[in-house]
Amino acid sequence: MTLLSVRDLSLSVGPAPILSEVSFDMAEGEVFGLVGESGSGKSMTALALMGLLPGNARVTGAARFGAIDLLAQGEGAMTRLRGRDIGMIFQEPMTALNPMKTIGDQVAETLLIHRAASRGAAREAAREKLDRVGLPGDRFPLSLYPHELSGGQRQRVAIAMAIALRPKLLIADEPTTALDVTTQAQILDLLGGLVRHEGLALMLITHDLAVVAGMAERLAVMQRGRIVEAGGTEALFRAPSQDYTRRLLAASGHRPARAARTAGQHSAPLLHVEDAVREYILPRPSALAPHPRLRAVDGVSFSIGAGESLGLVGESGCGKSTLTRAILGLDPLQGGSIRLGGSTVAVGRIMPAALRARMQAVFQDPYGSFNPRHSVGRLVSEPFHLTGRPPDADDRIAAALEEVGLAAADRHRYIHEFSGGQRQRIAIARALIIRPDLIVLDEAVSALDVRVRAQVLDLLARLQESHGMAYLFISHDLSVVRALTDRVLVMQSGRIVEAGPTERVFASPDHPYTRRLIAATPTIPAAWKEAAHAD
Amino acid sequence: MARYLFRRMLSLALSLLAASLVIFLVIEVVPGDPASYMLGLNASPETVDALRDQLGLNAAAPARYLSWIWGMAQGDFGLSYTYKVPVSGLVAQRLEVSLPLALYALGLSALVAFPAGLLAAARRGRLADTAVMGATQLGISLPNFWFAMLLVLVFALHWRIFPAGGFPGWDGGIGAGLAALTLPAIALALPQAAILARVLRSALIETEGQDYIRTARAKGLTRTQTMIRHALRNAMIPVLTILGMQFSFLLAGAIIIENVFYLPGLGRLIFQAITQRDLIVVESVVMILVFAVILVTFLVDLAYALIDPRLRRRA
Repeated sequence: MTLLSVRDLSLSVGPAPILSEVSFDMAEGEVFGLVGESGSGKSMTALALMGLLPGNARVTGAARFGAIDLLAQGEGAMTRLRGRDIGMIFQEPMTALNPMKTIGDQVAETLLIHRAASRGAAREAAREKLDRVGLPGDRFPLSLYPHELSGGQRQRVAIAMAIALRPKLLIADEPTTALDVTTQAQILDLLGGLVRHEGLALMLITHDLAVVAGMAERLAVMQRGRIVEAGGTEALFRAPSQDYTRRLLAASGHRPARAARTAGQHSAPLLHVEDAVREYILPRPSALAPHPRLRAVDGVSFSIGAGESLGLVGESGCGKSTLTRAILGLDPLQGGSIRLGGSTVAVGRIMPAALRARMQAVFQDPYGSFNPRHSVGRLVSEPFHLTGRPPDADDRIAAALEEVGLAAADRHRYIHEFSGGQRQRIAIARALIIRPDLIVLDEAVSALDVRVRAQVLDLLARLQESHGMAYLFISHDLSVVRALTDRVLVMQSGRIVEAGPTERVFASPDHPYTRRLIAATPTIPAAWKEAAHAD
Repeated sequence: MARYLFRRMLSLALSLLAASLVIFLVIEVVPGDPASYMLGLNASPETVDALRDQLGLNAAAPARYLSWIWGMAQGDFGLSYTYKVPVSGLVAQRLEVSLPLALYALGLSALVAFPAGLLAAARRGRLADTAVMGATQLGISLPNFWFAMLLVLVFALHWRIFPAGGFPGWDGGIGAGLAALTLPAIALALPQAAILARVLRSALIETEGQDYIRTARAKGLTRTQTMIRHALRNAMIPVLTILGMQFSFLLAGAIIIENVFYLPGLGRLIFQAITQRDLIVVESVVMILVFAVILVTFLVDLAYALIDPRLRRRA
């Protein structure tokens, strides 16, 4: 029984076309995947169906939902429909809830706004829905505020809000992209359970092919506002008919070609971390009690050899970012030591510039890590303040930009003119320009689309090959760590729970936490991929 | 919440202490001897010295500071050099005008600013928004004494609805007092309302772009509902900050308006005290104003915590 039938949905905002002739069908109670890279129009498709487009958007086409055409409804009719017949959840659970209202009020509001229940009954229903999404009343009373919950718990609240009136269709726009792998697995499990037991249909919008592979019966692949390919998930993965789909699939499991290195071949370690302890002082629980301490990094020891590539994996809150800041000499240690090439890494001016110049960093957010008012040339040459500006600085800026695949003339442009992938290349050029011995890559490819990510991974592998610097590659994404590192450390609650050669750790993990991480990582079944490769 | 309150109270007390010290020191270095000023140019040095003794001006500075603080703690602000009456009485008399005037103006300002800000935000980019923004631009740029004179011309001289100036006191009934304060309050409220409306509008527009507003719309709330139920409360933080600052300003900053309307307010008192070197009055009035500002800041902080649950737990 067809639930939703979209025909020739086209959309433009101002003069810019966003969607062209998007058509697909969804059956009742099915999971339908909408896959594409950022900017492909998948979120705009969802917002068009919800009638939540920006004011200057022009829509044509039809979207039959039961007896009505969603695109032809007025705002009044759409407000009655939204939340009652179609629910929607979004990517950012941290900001998707009103910070000033309790979770109980926010869930109950769905019922109150549609006059589906009295105030008391709505609260009872909110309790029941929160129980249903895995937030039991003894630990999660209705009086909690969003800031008292983790990202995964907030996404559960958002789901409870969206399903409170048992809509026939739930649109989930990148519902797990901002979450850790194990949390992602739990949320996907919850969504899958809702589809099976509550009979709702789920439109799962994601850039992650592995997520749809495990969830959706059918999917559509979008590129530049068009659906390029659609069909049953397994059939489409096994035998993609379009070149774009094939490239997406290839990029999702991409591993750059790189010569294997072993730690043993290097005599003196480049970076040596010994018993590192990083503590935070928390507010006193009462006026006279001592400050409790939080050990974010709890006695961590490891070393990186010259030219080695070491991975550090763990979920958010495990202490990996705190450790990274200490390694970069940005935060002080409360115990243990960090030595780079034999010299101690310290906070502030005690650490000589020449030592700082031996390591550089690339961070996650390609949009937030540049001063928007500086030219690219100035941004890239920034590390020269550690070494003194060499006479051939201009040539080196040009060379660094060309090395990361940009043009020398790009130095005169400004950062807003570049895409996310290009920005990350500029960040790499900035790290590379003074030829450091170690580059710390903190979630450096996590914000990038699969194809761009594959290209940046290739670039990183090639640069390491030609310049021989060491990488400390920090990520929550096991597949990219596997693609780029020789050895891997698994971190949980401030401790290294497992360490070893990357392939060995992934193939036969020893620690239960590592096993849990690997099991939670969504994958495209190997059999599907083999078929695609043979194609 | 109790910890938050305690910390705020502590910082309130410390700010007061710091402010009193600064005020005292500044007055110490200001030139001009009140005793010789009071006695005139022809007074003999002995008489001046005797008066200085009598006023307690010859004691050491720390002792005078402590006795000033101790006196204030008991509600004794000393004697005015020029009027020869207790400063506390003088200030209380003026506060009877200034405090109601400030509250009246603030109330009028909020009454105009909230609907205007909400309307402009809800109709962003449309005619109503343009009209509100134009009016607020005018409200900010018009000097309020000019507007005050205009009000007098229209409402006092032409239509004779409100008195043109002076203050009959509260003994003659609340109505007469309020009537006397109405035109000055409107003149004071105009620029404040304009600023407040703009702040509310931009805070609302910023909040409207938040993810949780989109979530609320996906639940089926209309634009108006999301604005009232979700955006308004989140937009209140900057609005409260401005409201607090405006109240502090209105309390003593109304000096021009007080002059236009011949109102015996705090602003005129402090102006006269400065010109007459009545340092004890200056000191006390400034101290009271500092206290008022710090108290208002404290109340605004409390209001933040009532509005935003995240502040209640932190610190």
